[in-house]
Amino acid sequence: MSVRWETEGLQTVGIVCLVIMFLKLMHLLGLIDITETDNSDSDLELSTVRHQPEGLDQLQAQTKFTRKELQSLYRGFKNECPSGLVDEETFKTIYSQFFPQGDATTYAHFLFNAFDIDRNGSIRFEDFVIGLSVLLRGSVTEKLNWAFNLYDINKDGYITKEEMLAIMKSIYDMMGRYTYPCVRDEAPSEHKMDKNRDGVVTIEEFIETCQKDENIMNSMQLFENVI
Amino acid sequence: MATAAWLPFARAAAIGWMPVANCPMPVSPMDNSKRQDELIILNVSGRRFQTWRTTLDRYPDTLLGSSEKDFFYNEDIKEYFFDRDPDAFRSILNFYRTGKLHYPRQQCISAYDEELIFFGIIPEIIGDCCYEEYKDRKRENLERLQDDQEENKDMKLPHMNFRETMWRAFENPHTSTMALVFYYVTGFFIAISVITNVVETVPCGPTANQKDMPCGERYTVAFFCMDTACVMIFTVEYLMRLFAAPSRYLFMRSVMSIIDVVAILPYYIGLVMSNNEDVSGAFVTLRVFRVFRIFKFSRHSQGLRILGYTLKSCASELGFLLFSLTMAIIIFATVMFYAEKGSSSSKFTSIPASFWYTIVTMTTLGYGDMVPKTIAGKIFGSICSLSGVLVIALPVPVIVSNFSRIYHQNQRADKRRAQKKARLARIRISKSGSTNTFLHNKRNGLLNELLELTDTEEDEQKRTKYTSLLQSQHHHLLHCLEKTTAHEFVDEQMFEQNCLETVLQTYPSPSPSISSHDSSAGTCCGRRVKKNSPLPNASMPSTYSVPSNQCPLQELSAMHIQCCDPSSRTASRSNLNLKTNESSRINCKSGRITTAIISLPSPPALTPDGDGLRGPLQRRPPQPQPQQQPPGHPAALSIQTTSSSAGTNIVKVSAL
Repeated sequence: MSVRWETEGLQTVGIVCLVIMFLKLMHLLGLIDITETDNSDSDLELSTVRHQPEGLDQLQAQTKFTRKELQSLYRGFKNECPSGLVDEETFKTIYSQFFPQGDATTYAHFLFNAFDIDRNGSIRFEDFVIGLSVLLRGSVTEKLNWAFNLYDINKDGYITKEEMLAIMKSIYDMMGRYTYPCVRDEAPSEHKMDKNRDGVVTIEEFIETCQKDENIMNSMQLFENVI
Repeated sequence: MATAAWLPFARAAAIGWMPVANCPMPVSPMDNSKRQDELIILNVSGRRFQTWRTTLDRYPDTLLGSSEKDFFYNEDIKEYFFDRDPDAFRSILNFYRTGKLHYPRQQCISAYDEELIFFGIIPEIIGDCCYEEYKDRKRENLERLQDDQEENKDMKLPHMNFRETMWRAFENPHTSTMALVFYYVTGFFIAISVITNVVETVPCGPTANQKDMPCGERYTVAFFCMDTACVMIFTVEYLMRLFAAPSRYLFMRSVMSIIDVVAILPYYIGLVMSNNEDVSGAFVTLRVFRVFRIFKFSRHSQGLRILGYTLKSCASELGFLLFSLTMAIIIFATVMFYAEKGSSSSKFTSIPASFWYTIVTMTTLGYGDMVPKTIAGKIFGSICSLSGVLVIALPVPVIVSNFSRIYHQNQRADKRRAQKKARLARIRISKSGSTNTFLHNKRNGLLNELLELTDTEEDEQKRTKYTSLLQSQHHHLLHCLEKTTAHEFVDEQMFEQNCLETVLQTYPSPSPSISSHDSSAGTCCGRRVKKNSPLPNASMPSTYSVPSNQCPLQELSAMHIQCCDPSSRTASRSNLNLKTNESSRINCKSGRITTAIISLPSPPALTPDGDGLRGPLQRRPPQPQPQQQPPGHPAALSIQTTSSSAGTNIVKVSAL
């Protein structure tokens, strides 16, 4: 009895198999249409967004670079990013190449936010060149302003202790593990900026502190002749 | 780095660290050579490429990126001129522009490599997109070169002892006749042995007392003798190979030697074993191994070796095939077993029993000894046969393509070997042609000097002009070498003749010393040494004769000019010694011109026929030139000799 059951069962299984294979073959041949979700349209990818910068004259007006310098900068920029936009990942990759030993991604993230003025997630050439103009051709006050903007992660006008710590830590991260002396975990947590000890640093306090420090003032002039 | 363009940006962004810095910053490096970015024109064989200077400066350790390119700067056209291939230069310049080096497919690999080396770019930075192709082509090229190098193994190394000669004979049978004979003999005996094994089992026909017996049992002695003979030959061969092998251990581990051993071992084991019943079963098994002798043919057949090599190289595909087949067999056997379990008198008694059916069905053999009877069994059986076709068909093309590739490689190697011989012959001819040109021109040069002095009208036109400044400078160089070492270049045949002649002798010339006499007594092979006697001046009487055994001094040899001018030859050569005549005859067969050192007799006082001068001057229609020479002109060509004690004399021929 059981044997007969087994045989009949197998028979059924065999017939079912055959039927399924037949159906699949029909579907493949296109004779019948087994409805499934159509994925074919999702193959159409949106072409990557492209951006063209403003004209040379406008940029010349907005920045302190000469025409030739702008041309040279744009050539370098376009070579790296042919689409005209730098997204955050590319930015991090590029910046990390200069600091092979450590992890530059956190600082690059802050830097990206500092450059990306309109906070749309990508740096256009205008942002790039305006930022560079401040850094290389701006006055000391402008540079300090820029630095304040960099440290102010949430762009609310105040630098809190946590923000400072985060910045410091990201800078120390760029050093990597193999340093002398070894980076201690408490090293980032120094805060000499907070004058009125209220836990935040405002722009005025920041500028005031920096102006009093000779070292800082000197070092601000360091990269004048980069381009 | 391509991101060198972003370095200014990274430096500028470093201002962000300044407010929190603990220590003062170091001074930044001055960029003294602050130039505005300018366009550079690179003129590569006429095709102008232009790029920014900063583009090239990205890679300062290459030719274009460093000051090395200043060597190629042409002031007149204010461009950098490179005399290289412009097509290959494209990819090199693109490397500077994009940071990725690409390898164009249609470019020859060695040409491309040379360009890379010239411009100082290492090939390892070829981008991933082209790296595979580059590596493949490079490997192919290397294999080709290695193939050519292996041909040199055929060349006789000068000092091979007996063992090495034997090994070479074994590995390359075409190197010597003995090896070839040995090769064919062993091949013949392998064939005999295999045929014997086969014929042994054929029923020979009924004898008196028994019905059909296989031949092996009827003519036991004959077969045994044949077997013994073959095994002896194989044993001897194996032992000789073992003796000659450069590394015995490696040889014993090689496949061919294992096959050899397996082929001859059964015989010896059979000898040793006695004929009792227990072991005769094993004895029968051993006889099976005798069939391995057929594998010895793989030394004789290139195709077999290729097949074996292919199978080895396709091991992974074969493994996959085997694995998938096994899986399918087990699955289908199980299913068939359970499907057929119900039917009566089913042959599918167990799953292993069903293996046989599955294999037969999947390989589409279909013997029909086991057939499913139930419907389920038939359904699954058909699925089984369909899937068998697919599973077997899949890895086979891979194996086939591997085999085809290796086979064609071998064909190409054989073709190259054949072509190489022709190529080498051509190269040799051209090389000897250039030597001949040198010798020819040298003679002409000397003759030119001579003719300058005699300076008749028609001779001026006959002076050969050098075809190019390069050639004349090259010949001058060779001439200087000759003078430095005080030896002379000769061509092959002349050289061999001289060797020949030293064996024969040095025939003393009856005629005056001036007669040209090939002499190369002494150290012939290795150098052509010219011996000279203190040459007689004009007043040398005809009685002068040089005893040949005295000192190995002979006259300058006149080199024979063969200008297919029989009349001149016979006229002047009559009393030159036999040797020269012979050699001249030999020379004439090839119609070549050999160098001549002019041995000038000066003087009219000499007998007209003893003149070696006659020799070279036979170029022109024989004129009584020597006679016309005024006696006061004896020093037209003077032969200065110095004799050294060492027995070798240096001959200087100069035209005053």
